[in-house]
Amino acid sequence: MELVTPSIGLVFWTGISFICLLILLRKFAWKPILGAIHDREQSIDEALNKAELAKQEMARLTAQNQDLMQQARAERDEILKEAKTLKDGILNEAKKQAQVEGSKLIEKAKIEIENQKKAALAEVKDQVSSLSLEIAERVLRTQLDDKTKQEALVANLLKDVELN
Amino acid sequence: MDCNQVLVSKVKKVIIVFTLLIAFLSIKIDTFAQADSAVVPVDSAVAKTAEAVSGEHGAVEHGKEKFEPTKVIMEHIADSHMWHFWGHTSMPLPVILYTANGLEFFSSGHFHHGEEDYKGAHNTYRLVEDHIKVVGADGNVDEVASKTVLDFSITKNVAAMFVAIFLILVVFISVAGSYRKRIGKAPKGLQSFLEPIIVFVRDDIAKPNIGHKYAKFMPYLLTIFFFIWFNNLLGLVPIFPGGANVTGNIALTFVMALGTMIIVNVNGNKYYWKHIFLPDVPFWLWPLMVVVEVVGIISKPFALMVRLFANITAGHIIVLSLISLIFIFETLAIAPVSVAFVLFMDVLELLVAFLQAFIFTLLTALFIGMAVEEHH
Repeated sequence: MELVTPSIGLVFWTGISFICLLILLRKFAWKPILGAIHDREQSIDEALNKAELAKQEMARLTAQNQDLMQQARAERDEILKEAKTLKDGILNEAKKQAQVEGSKLIEKAKIEIENQKKAALAEVKDQVSSLSLEIAERVLRTQLDDKTKQEALVANLLKDVELN
Repeated sequence: MDCNQVLVSKVKKVIIVFTLLIAFLSIKIDTFAQADSAVVPVDSAVAKTAEAVSGEHGAVEHGKEKFEPTKVIMEHIADSHMWHFWGHTSMPLPVILYTANGLEFFSSGHFHHGEEDYKGAHNTYRLVEDHIKVVGADGNVDEVASKTVLDFSITKNVAAMFVAIFLILVVFISVAGSYRKRIGKAPKGLQSFLEPIIVFVRDDIAKPNIGHKYAKFMPYLLTIFFFIWFNNLLGLVPIFPGGANVTGNIALTFVMALGTMIIVNVNGNKYYWKHIFLPDVPFWLWPLMVVVEVVGIISKPFALMVRLFANITAGHIIVLSLISLIFIFETLAIAPVSVAFVLFMDVLELLVAFLQAFIFTLLTALFIGMAVEEHH
């Protein structure tokens, strides 16, 4: 029974010293320790959050870079394509123009040739006609020297007229 | 629906508490029974041999004396006015008495192990079975006068508790210092050993049981946890400055349980008091329920008190009984067996030392949690 009877002295000293211990520890140990643990946990949390944010930022930047790269590439392709079409256009234009120019020249040349030909022909005709006139004159002169022959010619001519 | 959940969780908590209570009480009853049954045949064995055995108090010097294990064990687990080291060497402790005529201070060394009376300023005192009694004029103990003298001596348990408190203060203030020095850095040394335990008390005891208001109760919870744990561990050390059965003393556990009871009831909110005085039952059950709940206010800390006391005392009794076997059988041949068992028990007691500190703190947190719980 003595074992389960609390003695007043021990109760008193335990009470006093436990309260003292509680106050001392609370002020000098638990406050700084719990505060430090709490602060450190928070700083770790913060650091982790920051790391996460940095990671996201990094991913975002990478994505952005990727985007920019893609955009740049697309732009480059666009430019190249444009240049190509431009080049093709110019080339075609030039070709067409050259063709037109050529054909114009050819036309001109043809006309020129035609004109020259006509002129030449006219000249030739003139010459031929004067020549033939000359010939005819000479023939007639020679022919008309002979009376019979004149008559024969007239008869011949008349024959033609009759036929017509 | 919400209320129902709260009720269910509460019922679960209560079931857990009671199972733990019953389990621990039943275990302890068993161990007491074992200790007793171990002690009883011992007495008969001693009677049979009827021979002197050298007791731990150097009984040899007192001549042929019967070895009484019950007496030896009870002496060891009880409080004392002297701190016994070995043989006849012991440290006298200060005696402080409160008498009707005033306070008395003197050293317990004056009693010469109870062989001599000491004449104080107001009375003559005698040490009878480690209790200070007043000696009347006729030379016999005056029981009536003894009752009026209150003993506030620094006994062995008080001194051992002071040692533990000194140790706790040194350890934790130095740890707090290293927290100040190493702000934001990883813990080191003792700090890294204690930090997980502190965080364990915070995250696994306080937070789940008390909720978001846990911060206010952390100093109390940490203090009782480490106070009980350090005292339990020091109690396992057989040599000075350990060896005192501090946490196995009902006075100490009484104060701890009283502290918990005060903390719980001072912080109890209106829901807690409503639950006690206007329980959620049909009105004709109120007389019964109110009585039950009011008894609950006392019985919860009472269980805390008894559990810690019984566990630690039982551990000490078992260890001492096993050691006593050597002296009961009067042979060294039994010593290896005793030592092996004692070693096993000591390791078990290491676990129990932590477990009891944990359970005391956990249940305190649980009771606080019940008292501050908000119902919506």
